[in-house]
Amino acid sequence: MDNQQLLAHIAALTGSEPNAVEDTYGMLNVHLETSSLLRVVEGLKTKHQFIYLTDICASHYPDRVGAEFEVIYHLHNLVANQRVRLKVALPEAQLSLPTLTGLYAGANWMERETFDFYGVIFEGHPDLRRILNMDDMDYHPLRKQYALEDETRTDKNDTFFGR
Amino acid sequence: MVKTVDAPDGIEGQGFFATSLDKVIGIARSNSIWPLPFATSCCGIEFMATMGANYDLARFGSERLAFTPRQTDLLMVMGTISKKMAPVLKQVYDQMAEPKWVLSVGACACSGGIFDTYSVLQGIDKVIPVDVYVPGCPPRPEQIIEGLMKIQELAKNESLRRRDSDEYKTMLESYNIYSAEK
Repeated sequence: MDNQQLLAHIAALTGSEPNAVEDTYGMLNVHLETSSLLRVVEGLKTKHQFIYLTDICASHYPDRVGAEFEVIYHLHNLVANQRVRLKVALPEAQLSLPTLTGLYAGANWMERETFDFYGVIFEGHPDLRRILNMDDMDYHPLRKQYALEDETRTDKNDTFFGR
Repeated sequence: MVKTVDAPDGIEGQGFFATSLDKVIGIARSNSIWPLPFATSCCGIEFMATMGANYDLARFGSERLAFTPRQTDLLMVMGTISKKMAPVLKQVYDQMAEPKWVLSVGACACSGGIFDTYSVLQGIDKVIPVDVYVPGCPPRPEQIIEGLMKIQELAKNESLRRRDSDEYKTMLESYNIYSAEK
């Protein structure tokens, strides 16, 4: 199955042409609507042997008004050794997606990590709490509005450390 | 030739030797320091070399490593300590019996090092008191040995009453560590 056939399968699953499609280094990237995500992933898993969820991650584009966040899913067909990347853009005001834990047990920790660092809410997740950062942390540190440096530190002189 | 520790100053005569208890205990403590290696990253690899035959920390009476805080004298913190690890480190320190010393090995343990970031503790002295800092990224085994020898000096010259003093208590309380009778 080449990328064109795969795209046709995804289009059949969504019921419409996907918003945008890219092909980076031979890997198909498909931009999806929030509403069609679960349907597409389920179809890819059950009908097209994409049985392995490689990764879930997110990224933050503060300047992209109305689509500040993007959640990215990597799926792998282990039989045909084919990969696909699904991207869902989200506005900051409506930062939620359906969980994939019903399809892939491995999505549990990946979604917790994405929640931890970006604050994306996965609806229906059995245990959505922080996984890597301190439990009492009150922000999502990989959002671009936060400085990378530890802002609470007192021992380094800014003139020497180039803040 | 076997090298032994020199006897302290004292009065010697036929069949007796008199010196102060401080000095005898100091010598005993400084030459039998049991370390607890708290190795979290690459400084821990240097420590493994330090413990190995080429550098041989055992020459300083520290061959008896223990991963149990109750039986150890020296907490050797080697590597990056994340903020999530900080309460664990503090609990390990709390569980050690007096007298205890802390050796902070490497830039990360001393100051956070290159990890000036939200998830990393900016030096272990934010949560526990430190006796000796060893700089380096990572420090060579020679430097770790020098740090241990500084600890030996501290142990040797420490007054037996130091840990009962008000200054010591105040210092521990500044880290929110309270002694048992409180």
